[in-house]
Amino acid sequence: MMKLEKKDILGIREMTVDEINLILETAESFLEISTRDIKKVPTLRGKSVINLFYEASTRTRTSFEIAGKRLSADTINISASTSSVVKGETLIDTARNLEAMNPDIIVIRHSAAGAPHLLASLVSQSIINAGDGAHEHPSQALLDMMTIKAKKGKIHGLKIALVGDILHSRVARSNIYGLSKMGAEVVVAGPATMIPRDIERMGVKVYTKLDDAIADADVVMMLRIQLERQKQNIFPSLREYAQHYCLNRNNIKRAKDDVIVMHPGPMNRGVEISPDIADDPNYSVILDQVNNGVAVRMALLYLLSGGNE
Amino acid sequence: MKLLLKGARVIDPSQKIDALMDVLIEEGKIGACGTAITASPDVKVIDLTGMIVAPGLIDMHVHLREPGLEYKETIASGSAAAVAGGFTSIACMPNTEPVNDNRSITEFIRRKAAEANLANVYPIGAISIGSEGRQLTEFWDLKEAGIIALSDDGKPVMDAALLRRALEYASSLDLPVIQHCEDKNLSAGGLMNEGYYATILGLPGIPAIAEDVMVARDILIAEYTRTRIHIAHVSTAGAVRLIRDAKARGLNVTAETAPHYFTLTDESLQDYNTNYKVSPPLRNATDVGAIKEGLADGTLDAIACDHAPHGRTDKEVEFEYALNGISGLETSLGLSLNLWHDGILPLPELIAKMSCNPARILSLDKGMLAIGSDADITVINPDLPWIVDVKSFHSRGKNSPFHGLKMKGRAVLTIVGGDIKYNGLAEKP
Repeated sequence: MMKLEKKDILGIREMTVDEINLILETAESFLEISTRDIKKVPTLRGKSVINLFYEASTRTRTSFEIAGKRLSADTINISASTSSVVKGETLIDTARNLEAMNPDIIVIRHSAAGAPHLLASLVSQSIINAGDGAHEHPSQALLDMMTIKAKKGKIHGLKIALVGDILHSRVARSNIYGLSKMGAEVVVAGPATMIPRDIERMGVKVYTKLDDAIADADVVMMLRIQLERQKQNIFPSLREYAQHYCLNRNNIKRAKDDVIVMHPGPMNRGVEISPDIADDPNYSVILDQVNNGVAVRMALLYLLSGGNE
Repeated sequence: MKLLLKGARVIDPSQKIDALMDVLIEEGKIGACGTAITASPDVKVIDLTGMIVAPGLIDMHVHLREPGLEYKETIASGSAAAVAGGFTSIACMPNTEPVNDNRSITEFIRRKAAEANLANVYPIGAISIGSEGRQLTEFWDLKEAGIIALSDDGKPVMDAALLRRALEYASSLDLPVIQHCEDKNLSAGGLMNEGYYATILGLPGIPAIAEDVMVARDILIAEYTRTRIHIAHVSTAGAVRLIRDAKARGLNVTAETAPHYFTLTDESLQDYNTNYKVSPPLRNATDVGAIKEGLADGTLDAIACDHAPHGRTDKEVEFEYALNGISGLETSLGLSLNLWHDGILPLPELIAKMSCNPARILSLDKGMLAIGSDADITVINPDLPWIVDVKSFHSRGKNSPFHGLKMKGRAVLTIVGGDIKYNGLAEKP
């Protein structure tokens, strides 16, 4: 087995197919640990992982914390608010202080795109980007790829539709890179206000109508709509959005019969996804995503700690 | 002191001179210009064989930060940066703290500049009080105090009626109005040029049309009011086209661009280096090509570096929180000389855009080597190789994306009013 040669996990854009496969295979081997009675292995005993979250997060932070604990690492959670950053300590000073305490890995989430890159350039520890602005969310894309691979047996050749606010979505960007690298056909859909300019150059096809995007899709990934975008006139109302972009029993028939439905969470039931679909085990793999998320994050912590050495 | 500059290629676009000549400086003025001038014993002779003697360069768009933001720059440090970069005259924007919107601030700037005694410093006054876009400042009073132009700088006049009144009122006292063209509604929240690189970096975009619609609007207002307007730091292909069309229709529109807009694209932002964060933002390769065309065909009259020095705390932060700007005075000439090295502009045209053209726009008696004019002279070694090192900057602002860049050509001697204010002739490359 090869070794991950990276110091940091900042984005899927910089990852090779071999690296993605290594992470997914390592994650698959970790799945079993979470099914044990005693869900803990001593692999990372004595290592410390800091979760530095500048943005609210329940799922991702908990997932990283559980991942660390299952590998016996000491995990420390820091919730910082960006408002205090503007007035108080800079990210650079925070980074230097954390570095002086000599942790092994720092997991960072930040509302400003590029903040993990700044951190990575300053400290010797490994940095994992747990989401930066609208830029990347690599562990999410990896758990999505792991889920698709588990359900479909492959990623190559699948048609995968990402639907919703692509403009503001780091999940979309990381998945576009990852799924394209793995050989999938990626299409995106949303009203034109939610499609970032020149996204075609990322190798995706763009649709403005849900029905066109999900036709014959193997995988449909719905993205969360944030109500505050309404104020920026990205969309006029949740009502109208739901009428045209909500995945439901009716429009999903346009996709392949064995289509799987994904959502990075948290869901707005009845807005981008109808409860019927979200709760239907024939379609929804949303909780598999969450389960795989722990395994993927275990794999990242393990590989960055020099696993396989 | 009398100075005789011997053996250089003298380029004075204002008189269409481009010849090997000697230049004699007496009592702060150009005393003589000709071949084989012989020196009397009281004249200091400087051999400038292989060099270019040009009218003192003028940068019509700099930020000197004083009063109020002295940790970024002072009038003295900015003046030192100017002469080290080859500029004998600079025009400073009013976005100090407080804003230069009244006589006392203008007088303060002029006093500090006189104390520094390096470059000629020409204050630009605010169009509106506090540059807040509501109430006009006292243009006459500011002019009497010494301003040479009006601008609200980075807070463009969004209110079209206010701009109309500003252009009309300024025209009655022949003050040029300089507008930073940016529709603040279209650019709201944006951090870099909208396009592929903003998309992959996940940074909110500033569309080129934020600049274009404002340029179009301002040209229309200037046309209707039969006034002149100067467009600052043009960065888009659309703006170049609009200005070209306006000039073709005979309108009194002038424009400048900055070296970074013909040198860099938004592709440079890929590692979130905040030194590339400027306003307007770095655009794409098509825009850069259009800027070069605009310079070559005369659409863009002047090169001004938009010198925007910042302290470390302004730039060593997340990209989103970083302030806009490049400390540009000490790299402007070197980057501009690339236009000549690359065959885009002949040297006399390049020098015109950095001397007599800005002088004409600002109605300054500068930018020429005519007998009797002020002896403001920049001596350029056009091929001297050097490497940009921000640590050697005279400016307090070390914020430059060009740090480490190999350059070809720079100012080696800067003379202001007959006095040598910067002498790099002895420096080894």
